[in-house]
Amino acid sequence: MRKNISAIFIGASAGGISAVQRLLMQIVNNRQVPIVVVQHLPQYAKLNPSLIYGQDSQNVVFTEANDKMHLECGHVYFAPPGYHLLVEKDYSFSLSQDDPVNFARPSIDVLFESAAIAYRERACGILLTGTNNDGALGLQTIHLLKGLTIVQDPASAEFPSMPQSAIDLFKPNYVASIPKIPAILEGFDKGEAL
Amino acid sequence: MTPLDPVERHLFLEGIFMRYGYDFRQYAEASLDRRLASLLAQNNMTSLVELLKHVLESTDAFREILPSLTINTTEFFRDPTFFRALRETVFPILKTYPRIVVWAAGCSTGEEVLSLTIALKEENLLNRATIHATDINPRVLKKAKEGIYDISLISSFNKNYVSAGGVNSPSEYYTAEYGLARFNPKLLENIVFSEHNLVTDAPFIEAHLILCRNVLIYFNRELQERAFNLFARSLVFRGFLGIGSKESIRFSNSSGLFDTVDLNQNIYSLKAQPIINKSTLSTRKYT
Repeated sequence: MRKNISAIFIGASAGGISAVQRLLMQIVNNRQVPIVVVQHLPQYAKLNPSLIYGQDSQNVVFTEANDKMHLECGHVYFAPPGYHLLVEKDYSFSLSQDDPVNFARPSIDVLFESAAIAYRERACGILLTGTNNDGALGLQTIHLLKGLTIVQDPASAEFPSMPQSAIDLFKPNYVASIPKIPAILEGFDKGEAL
Repeated sequence: MTPLDPVERHLFLEGIFMRYGYDFRQYAEASLDRRLASLLAQNNMTSLVELLKHVLESTDAFREILPSLTINTTEFFRDPTFFRALRETVFPILKTYPRIVVWAAGCSTGEEVLSLTIALKEENLLNRATIHATDINPRVLKKAKEGIYDISLISSFNKNYVSAGGVNSPSEYYTAEYGLARFNPKLLENIVFSEHNLVTDAPFIEAHLILCRNVLIYFNRELQERAFNLFARSLVFRGFLGIGSKESIRFSNSSGLFDTVDLNQNIYSLKAQPIINKSTLSTRKYT
């Protein structure tokens, strides 16, 4: 099984900030594809992604995703608190304030499902720590549309129930602790630039 | 969620537009697709053609699904800092006019326009204001006209009212009874509620201030362009436009029509009337 990955989508809830920090630290410099993160946060949280998740450098820019912005290589995008973040078929973002899904807005399911439909087999979804079951259905959609799915090993997660609920729903391609994920991604070719 | 069949999706949106005049064809796809998928699930159907057949059979069936296609999320003093900026930056200019016209476009169930009305009242602007509140969904307009809300919304009203720069006690504006909060009917006296569709309808007023927040995110680029043109044609010279905190005019072709008043709060002012472009500005009817 060899796939071309054109974009990476990461979902995390409770315990997520440090998990996302650790994962990004290892993968941002090696990967040329856009990376998109939904981290559950309170609605009015104000955040500056480059202060929380990593420093901007020549290779990578950390930024909040804006409506209609195109996904670009060398960027890590974060869903703004209080909005669902979706990916359109022309590889641009759109936002919505539709009702929360799984009590969450942004919801990981909403990002993953739209990403699966836009990127099909070139999407990679990674589901990390959390206490609810957001993200499981969305990751399954990525799986059904032949994308790559990675779930954090619940035994290594600060809060195991979110990754566990994905494993209960279907068989992801990989279940791995965070230090092992970069090596998995290394095995896949970068998709052509979109 | 399984991807929708593109042919069925197309037929469904065309059919709705042909029969009922509601045009969702240029809505942002991904979020509309989610709403369509959940509509199918609610109706125990798997095919949009089946659902189309159902809604073509009776207007009642269409009215039943319309609220699921439109977006009605709203809140009292949503993004309180926006209202604070209105009071500090925009209202002092509005005070220089003897009469003011305000348009709340996409007012949903009325929380936003009521918040605006309260802010205008506290700045002594309400008695000279005519406020047009419009939405495409007649059901939410009916609710907005009543000015009665579930008591559970009041705690966020109280909290946001204060952060938005309110100067009185929030409870002066409503009476609570039987689990409901009824807002002072005097607040609603200057508001004209009417149906207006940003996708298909033409300008109908010359406004000094237009609020249209978190509506444009549901439109694709072309439709956003049409909306910005519509707003430009509905404003007096140097009239103000306030859009949602994550929306932006900067990446649009219409950015040249507006100057930025407050970049963080997304408040703009009209600097030039658009050159009339018939293709984007004509009202759209299926013929």
